Amino acid sequence: MEHEITLIVNGTARRARVPARRLLSDCLRHDLGLTGTHVGCEHGVCGCCTVLLDGRPVRSCLTFAVTVDGAELTTVEGLAGRDGRLSAVQRAFAECHGLQCGFCTPGFLCTVTALLAENPAPTDDEVIDGISGNLCRCTGYQNIVKAVHRAAELLAEEA
Amino acid sequence: MTTRLFGERVPRREDPRLLTGQGRYLDDLGREALAAAFVRAPHAHARIRDIDVAGALDVAGLVAVYTWEDLPERAGRALPLLIPHPALTHGRTAYPLARDVVRHVGEPVVMVVATDRYAAEDACALIQVDYEPLKPVAGLEEAVQGVRLVHEDVPGNVGAHLVQEVMTADGRGAREAIETSPHTLAFRLDIERSASMPLEGRGVYARWDGRDLRVYSSTQTSTSVRMAVAAALGLPLPQVEVIAPDVGGGFGVKIVHPWPEEVLVPWAAMTLGREVKWSEDRREHFVSSAHERGQVQYVRVGFDDDGRVLGLDVTILHDHGAYTPYGIIVPIVTSTQLPGPYKPGSYRVEFTSVYTNTVQVTPYRGAGRPQAVFCMERTMDKIARYLGKDRTEVRAANFIRPEEFPYDQGMTFQDGRPLIYDSGNYPEMLRMIKELIGWDSFERRPGRGIGIGCYVEGTGVGPYEGGHVQITSDGRVHVSTGLTSQGQGHETAFAQIAATELGVPIERVSVVTGDTRRFGYAVGTFASRAAVVSGNAIALACRKVRRKALRIAADALEANPDDLDIADGIVHVAGAPSAAIPLSTVAVLANPLRYAFDDETARATQFAGAASPDRPPVAEGEEPGLEGRDYYSPIRSTFAAGMHAAVVETDPDTAEIKVVRYAVVHDCGRLINPMIVEGQIHGGVAQGIGGALYERIVYDQHGQLVNASFMDFLMPYATEIPHIETGHLETPSPLNPLGIKGAGEAGVIPVSAVIASAIEDAEGIEIDRMPLSPSDLFDLRTTHRP
Amino acid sequence: MKPPPFTYHAPRDLAAAVRTLAEVDGKVLAGGQSLIPMLNMRLAAPAHLVDINRAEGLGGIEADPAGVRVGALARHSEVERSGAHPLLTRALRLVAHPVIRNRGTVVGSLVHADPAAELPAVLAVLGGAVRVARWDGGAVAVREVPAAEFFVGPMESAVAPGELAVSAFFPALGAHDGVAFEEVARRHGDYALAGVCAVVTPRGAKVACVGVGPVPVVVDLGDLVNLDSGAPDPRAAADLRAAADLRAAAEAVREATEPEADIHASAAYRRHLVGVLAERALREAAREGAAARGA
Ligand SMILES: Cc1cc2nc3c(=O)[nH]c(=O)nc-3n(C[C@H](O)[C@H](O)[C@H](O)COP(=O)(O)OP(=O)(O)OC[C@H]3O[C@@H](n4cnc5c(N)ncnc54)[C@H](O)[C@@H]3O)c2cc1C
Ligand code: FES
Ligand code: FES
Repeated sequence: MEHEITLIVNGTARRARVPARRLLSDCLRHDLGLTGTHVGCEHGVCGCCTVLLDGRPVRSCLTFAVTVDGAELTTVEGLAGRDGRLSAVQRAFAECHGLQCGFCTPGFLCTVTALLAENPAPTDDEVIDGISGNLCRCTGYQNIVKAVHRAAELLAEEA
Repeated sequence: MTTRLFGERVPRREDPRLLTGQGRYLDDLGREALAAAFVRAPHAHARIRDIDVAGALDVAGLVAVYTWEDLPERAGRALPLLIPHPALTHGRTAYPLARDVVRHVGEPVVMVVATDRYAAEDACALIQVDYEPLKPVAGLEEAVQGVRLVHEDVPGNVGAHLVQEVMTADGRGAREAIETSPHTLAFRLDIERSASMPLEGRGVYARWDGRDLRVYSSTQTSTSVRMAVAAALGLPLPQVEVIAPDVGGGFGVKIVHPWPEEVLVPWAAMTLGREVKWSEDRREHFVSSAHERGQVQYVRVGFDDDGRVLGLDVTILHDHGAYTPYGIIVPIVTSTQLPGPYKPGSYRVEFTSVYTNTVQVTPYRGAGRPQAVFCMERTMDKIARYLGKDRTEVRAANFIRPEEFPYDQGMTFQDGRPLIYDSGNYPEMLRMIKELIGWDSFERRPGRGIGIGCYVEGTGVGPYEGGHVQITSDGRVHVSTGLTSQGQGHETAFAQIAATELGVPIERVSVVTGDTRRFGYAVGTFASRAAVVSGNAIALACRKVRRKALRIAADALEANPDDLDIADGIVHVAGAPSAAIPLSTVAVLANPLRYAFDDETARATQFAGAASPDRPPVAEGEEPGLEGRDYYSPIRSTFAAGMHAAVVETDPDTAEIKVVRYAVVHDCGRLINPMIVEGQIHGGVAQGIGGALYERIVYDQHGQLVNASFMDFLMPYATEIPHIETGHLETPSPLNPLGIKGAGEAGVIPVSAVIASAIEDAEGIEIDRMPLSPSDLFDLRTTHRP
Repeated sequence: MKPPPFTYHAPRDLAAAVRTLAEVDGKVLAGGQSLIPMLNMRLAAPAHLVDINRAEGLGGIEADPAGVRVGALARHSEVERSGAHPLLTRALRLVAHPVIRNRGTVVGSLVHADPAAELPAVLAVLGGAVRVARWDGGAVAVREVPAAEFFVGPMESAVAPGELAVSAFFPALGAHDGVAFEEVARRHGDYALAGVCAVVTPRGAKVACVGVGPVPVVVDLGDLVNLDSGAPDPRAAADLRAAADLRAAAEAVREATEPEADIHASAAYRRHLVGVLAERALREAAREGAAARGA
């Protein structure tokens, strides 16, 4: 049986017909064509699939699309401004070389966006704890940590 | 003036798309494609008696089910043995779908195609394969006993056996030199299996239009996949194109080809006349891609009172898994890179590469070097311990001196060429690393130790790469090279090279890699070779284009080409800035036209009067267009080097191990972009720490891979990786025009050795195996200080 | 790795949820952070899934002097943020990563009953209870299952098929009680290799251990350890005695456990570790309790 659902993705209401077992990650990627959300493990460990559900980061591979019918979602495609200007977090990642292959990046960006919304000036330990659920096989994390601090700086400057 | 770009921290060109979700990875393509999934062997070793697909036929969305018997003759052949070697006397490769025997858990047996992956997996679950289980060969020790066989026709499970020996100056072998040495030591070292584990799995997506086949693959070599696919499917090469889209990490595992899926998915697309896609999931990746690292080494060393090595004799048992598609590159690299920055007097190395009923072993970042360096550096530490000397002093006593380059190690390297180091300065590097970590002022105490590790890495192996550079009439520069990218920032580094060589703003340069439509001749991305080989090829191609541009501009400006320079995309006469012509115009002039489509091109049409009526529009020996192609084929490898040091703390009660400081000094010749190089090093070190303290692929005695998930294969998170301090030393390579050496693998290579050195220092217990978990350390403590 | 098909139910309240559970052979879906990985790997294939995420009245964290009642839909992160129970807060920081905690539920973790999970130990050491509901012909029937009976075996709790865990009750601590949770995990956020959750009161001490038995191993140490055990000056005679008591307590804990080996740790190491952690947790809890008493 298929379910008719509506997701508010990046501010736009999107409808989809999905079977109950459709993972939110697959729904975003394949039903809605938002392929920026990546899938690296489908068992909750890597964090590539992290999106914001009502503002909070969650694993889209461990969520059924039907469960969040009606919810507001933000994916990596929705982080930049409407005018296309990259968000502070995105700019900081570029500036600090916080990405290499870019596969883990959408998950980090969503996680960090929420982290800084809640804690605008995190300490080093808070940054590391905040990103501790996201794997990156390329960067060794050092520049990601740097990017989070830099994003906090940019956000403070722009506030 | 154009700013100097080579050597600068230029921001990456690939980032804007990757930061906004606009990257195009394999699974992002082909939204309408059918999905493939595989029934994979649940047994490590079994004969297939029967396959019953009946149960799956009612699954909604099922399109096709294929077994080996369904494959045409060519496609069904055993996969190629990519790198044959005389010592690989018993090379064996798998069939795309198991033919009669499965030899590791995860081997593909049945291919299912359905409307989506959910349905395909439903069908897989309903297919019954009747197996006759055979006894598996579960580990190295069991393999060498040779009682059970992985392949019936491979006696003793031995695929390859190779001895290389370098004599002393007076012609004595290593064993003899050891016998006559003042001191000798003998020991055994164990390194466990690990895996590349990129966050994006492999994947293949194929489109067939009835005549042409286009294949997208998450590969490290699109040109070679193209040739392999064309051969397997019996298609003329020009009808096959292979594209590596954005790739979410490779680290070696994606250099192997053709993977079964790279043959099967295009074949299914042709057979069904539909687009077909397969995206590997994580569990498949664990059991069906490739692993590396597993080795046992038996070492004997003889040395003098200063710790100088007089003879080194290493016997390696190498586990290559169930098949050898990539030949014996890994144990060859281990054996030849083992001497590192040292002169081991005389050196004998013997390896036996054996079959086990496990996933095949092919290069993972470092490709046999982490094992080599572990061996050599453990040896250095043991000598120091035995003599009561500082560990760095023993190393210094064995270094190749700066004035001894080029230095011939007397062996044949993995590229079949002599192992001759091009350049380096190891004493200076040692001084730098000691200073960076504070070696001499380190305060040692129980539970706190310092360690060091040195390595030399043959990089930039041939045979060749090429570059194509085209300047179009809008002044843009289009660069392409055949090798592929998996996050190394090639679009940026190669653009820096092109912009520097051509004197154009980097914004005007775009780079395409891994697309056979753009460049058909290439080898691939591995062995830290991209910057060296493609980088130089692109530089050479740019120089060709530059010469042509100056020739044409000289004509137009009525000047001597030698007096011209290019800056900011404009050719001008040196010292006379007004006598200038933009490259865009040069590009127009370079292509005499009959038809115009804008004002610029109108200037090159036949009645525009630009050309002399006395000469053919395209002069003899010239080609239309402002473009050039060139290749770089290195005479032999370059040799990068590095030294790492770490401070480690061990908990006296819980045996937890914490890396509190990590320092790297690194020489990869001239740096194109220090930001990118540092990123490569950070990532490599993190993988190295994974390999030293966390990651192991574990098979049980039945040949089941027991930790095939990210919950149990422990890749480090940010919480496990220390801050990494880096220093660069630049000894340019004399071998290539740009003087570069390559940096891709460097970070990972010595880490296990360094961490072992530091733990040994903290604990006073010899560390002879990697990785080491708290539980392992606890067990060591229990045996050594009961 | 895609979940097998199932029939989906999204009941709007408790009654509808238990009625559905009574009618179909189904599994409850709460935060999904343990269930969905198993479905994705096809290690479980329930015919029906009863998603309680839309059910009214199952959330909420209610604190009163007796303790804290956590509803079935209260996420780890909510409970952590509420600070309603200091031991729960401390344990939750050790559960997975912040992003997992945004979805995973406290009650789900208890029902899931992973022997290496932190929260079952908290419930066990505090002597809490889980409220379990089922459809009894015409109405919702509820029973309270005390912690001691709740954890039946590895990945097995007292919640029977057809039942729904409605809430969990964590008894409050006394004003002078000290608590601690010490664990060693391979990576930050991983399930523990071993862990010890300790409560030290003016009357005595109790620990619950994770990762060293099929269910949380509760050891009542009586008055072997008390608030003086955490005193900071190791030279004082009383403190020497306290240190000896701590060691004895650690030994008692070791003896009560029956750890097993897996790929991450040997049984001997786990046994050693649980003692070390017990000593640390007891000292820390005693120190905290002593400080509270002093204040
Ligand atoms: C990467 C990762 C790391 C993790 N690390 C840890 C860790 O270190 N420590 C730890 O404790 N946990 C860890 N977890 C698990 C996490 O805490 C889960 O959230 C928790 O175990 C289950 O809660 P849930 O709400 O997600 O339950 P679900 O996944 O929805 O359900 C789990 C099981 O409980 C049943 N169930 C759930 N709620 C009810 C109910 N109200 N009534 C009846 N049955 C119910 C379900 O039917 C299912 O069988 C980790 C998870 C992931 C993905
Ligand atoms: S894909 Fe969701 S956590 Fe890895
Ligand atoms: S950038 Fe490649 S995994 Fe993080």
